[in-house]
Amino acid sequence: MRIGVFVCWCGSNIGGVVNVPRVAAQAAHFPYVVYSVDYKYTCSEPGQNMIANAIKEYNLNRVVVASCSPRLHESTFRSTISRAGLNPYLLEMVNIREQCSWVHANEPDQATAKAIDLVRMAVAKAARLEPLFESSIPVTKKALVIGGGIAGIQTALDIADAGHKVLLVEREPTIGGKMVMLDKTFPTLDCSACISTPKMVAVAQHPNIELLTCAEVTEVSGYIGNFTVLVKQKARYVDHSKCTGCGTCWEKCPKKVSSEFNQNMGERKAIYIPFPQAVPNKPCIDADNCRLLNGQKCGVCARVCAAQAINYEDQDAYRQVEVGAIVVATGYDLFDWAKAYGEYGYGKLVDVITGLQFERLVNASGPTDGKIMRPSDGKEPQNVVFIKCVGSRDEAKGKAYCSRACCMYTAKHAHQVLEKIPGSRVFVFYMDVRAPGKAYEEFYQRTVNEGARYIRGRVSKISRKGGKLLVKGADTLLGAQVEIEADLVVLATAMVPAQCSREFARTVGFTTDQDGFFQEAHPKLRPVETTTAGIFLAGCCQGPKDIPDTVAQAGAAAVKVCTLLAKKHIATNPMIARVNESLCQGCLLCRDVCPFKAIEMKAITGPAQGRTTQKTVAQVNNGLCQGCGSCAASCRSGAIDLQGFSNEQIESAIQTLLEK
Amino acid sequence: MKYAYFPGCCDHTSGREYDVSTRAVCRALGVELVEIPDWSCCGSTPGHSTSHMLGVALAARNLALVAEMGLDCTASCSACYQRLAMANVEMQNNQELCKKINWVTGKPYHGGVQVKSILEIIAGLRSETISAKLVRPLRNLKVAVYYGCLMVRPKEVQVDDPENPLVMDGLLDAVGAHALDWNSKTECCGASLAISNEDVVLKLTEKILADASLAGAECIATACPLCHFNLDMRQRKINQVFGSDYRLPVFYFTQLIGLAIGLTPIDLSFNTHFVDTKRVLELVG
Repeated sequence: MRIGVFVCWCGSNIGGVVNVPRVAAQAAHFPYVVYSVDYKYTCSEPGQNMIANAIKEYNLNRVVVASCSPRLHESTFRSTISRAGLNPYLLEMVNIREQCSWVHANEPDQATAKAIDLVRMAVAKAARLEPLFESSIPVTKKALVIGGGIAGIQTALDIADAGHKVLLVEREPTIGGKMVMLDKTFPTLDCSACISTPKMVAVAQHPNIELLTCAEVTEVSGYIGNFTVLVKQKARYVDHSKCTGCGTCWEKCPKKVSSEFNQNMGERKAIYIPFPQAVPNKPCIDADNCRLLNGQKCGVCARVCAAQAINYEDQDAYRQVEVGAIVVATGYDLFDWAKAYGEYGYGKLVDVITGLQFERLVNASGPTDGKIMRPSDGKEPQNVVFIKCVGSRDEAKGKAYCSRACCMYTAKHAHQVLEKIPGSRVFVFYMDVRAPGKAYEEFYQRTVNEGARYIRGRVSKISRKGGKLLVKGADTLLGAQVEIEADLVVLATAMVPAQCSREFARTVGFTTDQDGFFQEAHPKLRPVETTTAGIFLAGCCQGPKDIPDTVAQAGAAAVKVCTLLAKKHIATNPMIARVNESLCQGCLLCRDVCPFKAIEMKAITGPAQGRTTQKTVAQVNNGLCQGCGSCAASCRSGAIDLQGFSNEQIESAIQTLLEK
Repeated sequence: MKYAYFPGCCDHTSGREYDVSTRAVCRALGVELVEIPDWSCCGSTPGHSTSHMLGVALAARNLALVAEMGLDCTASCSACYQRLAMANVEMQNNQELCKKINWVTGKPYHGGVQVKSILEIIAGLRSETISAKLVRPLRNLKVAVYYGCLMVRPKEVQVDDPENPLVMDGLLDAVGAHALDWNSKTECCGASLAISNEDVVLKLTEKILADASLAGAECIATACPLCHFNLDMRQRKINQVFGSDYRLPVFYFTQLIGLAIGLTPIDLSFNTHFVDTKRVLELVG
């Protein structure tokens, strides 16, 4: 056994506190240490070369590096020693920065003593390290994208364009998400549907994309490269393989219900497509509202359908799909202000609407053909009040966070009112104006110059006054109360995670943040990855975003998926649990404690006391095991070891400290 | 059902109708009220706006008296209720303050008493209790139910939803009246500013009257002597100042419930109102 010890100064990070040369000098006396040295920046190129040269020169077969956290540079030094011909797992790292010099900055002597002890333990452990070898797992070359909003659409297109198969699953009868409901997009004021519907069509026509609407992912199992997903295709009662999308059925359907797509500001039929440009452009039956499916006499759609595509007997169907990577793009919902904001009437004042409802009102293909009307009497409003941060930045009633897009879409709405209604007056109640995107501030200024009156302060109450709404608020810059008689009030409601996302997080075993958005692996450096390898995030399911940010993130997620799918095999981390089957008693306590569901039961036959017997043992799934060690700690017979952290290695590290 | 009863100063003077009707209704509905012996003023708004300590101490002494009675406590006046309830919360949540206050009052109180408003207690009765006694349903009497600001704020002691309280509406609906949906349920009447700045009160109260009239109210129901005082006694002055002609009788909710369960207007002190109540009596029949 020939161990080399390299103690790093990390500039003054370690060297400013710990007496690094003394640590190196002491380490030279530890058992099996044949070479010990200190260096200013061990991770630098000359530092790494020094390690590689020492391995050759002193014929080292184990390496100890005492420096920063292994999180930062373990992989760096592993590849260093690998280049020098050593198995990369014959490296032991000691953290004498975060766990020594930084926490004991005011007691250098004791810090030095501690550093010496830490290195002593590492050397003892290193002497018992075994070479480990990565194995490889195959990759299923297909991706699953969950959610067909602009994030899901963009991700699916990008992956498909790179030549990989994609399955896109959407809960609603059409893809397009929220973006296709919008009228115009800020700050360029281009038509939202004009830029999103071509993408929707591209998804439907792409040879590499399979689109499932009215479908939900109900189960996810497996691991990176090898996920097994159960998809529920909800009953649509229309056979899309026969349907031609001619439209006779929804024209003749006698049952009208309010349209979700139009935010309940218009109507649709019980058999319907959500909007004329829907993809797929074929209808489905809303079972809750269909007369026939609710036991009444009807059946009109089946009678008028020339293609005989209507099937009232349709059932939910399940399908199992194998994929290599998953992108989650489940998007957002709007904060339910009608539950929280009594001062704005709990949703009972019909002329108080949400921003998304306003989008439908002002949309040329919306329920009013783009004419801004009050819901109560259909008249054109003259005074319009916008209230920002309804549910955002309001810890008392809503959410603490900023929803990021509301400042800009409110500016856009204000502009649209002033443009479409001559002589109208627009008031915007705000807390701050946040316009950080490209050309955003300019757009906001333009709205102000057009005459929108911005009032800094919250609205305390909206009440009826005759046929109008009386909006009472404060102008905190003037220090005065404000009362405005408004014809229409538009609320900029907060973005919250889509309702389905909580359930979905449970299905996949996702971490969510305190607000229910999916947690990225690292907020800065791994913003589209999750802590589950092979599952990525795009769009508002990770946090509020506007369209440019969503599309950018969707592209990033697609690249991550392509990187994964470009490989035939992926290397697995060998530092995982290993079961000694001869010791294992088959109690499977380890299976219960494993957070990654990586342990399965296995029946084995083997010779015992001269006879062939059968017994049950635990088996580790190499693809799922993350090397956390819970199983090893729980194993009563000591049959499980974590490779790279075996009981023997840890015990010898502790032993050396006790014998000191 | 037995409660220690804190009538408060108003109920013995300007708001006597509230005291009289509360006692009468509670007797009729089987709620026994025992007046707290030697109770003192709760401090009301002037108390706690002068000194936080004073505000809590005045209420804490009364709570200590209640604790000795071994009962839970109720107050009819919403200011008294709010002061007692708030002091109760503060004494229980802030040990430091509790110690100081007990030293000040010399009458230690360590929590344990529940403070409920009389509105909560009557609304909490089983619906049969009231419907069994119902002899004169207030059919179709359109009432603007006015809660004022103290019954539903602050959060720690609020009786009902602060934005759209419905507890009193429900009670009056239960005795046959029609509680209106109107805007000024929880607007401030100006309260004790009447003493220092009457103009403010006239303006605020006029808005409430205007809103009630606009909603088609035939009377206003309240649960606060100060609200009643400002709306009823000051109505004539409002008419003078604003050139209006409001003639809206203002009742304590207990008076209306009393009427419905067969108590006489005299029992309920209808005759001591400033705005004539005859019209409502005729309506109810």
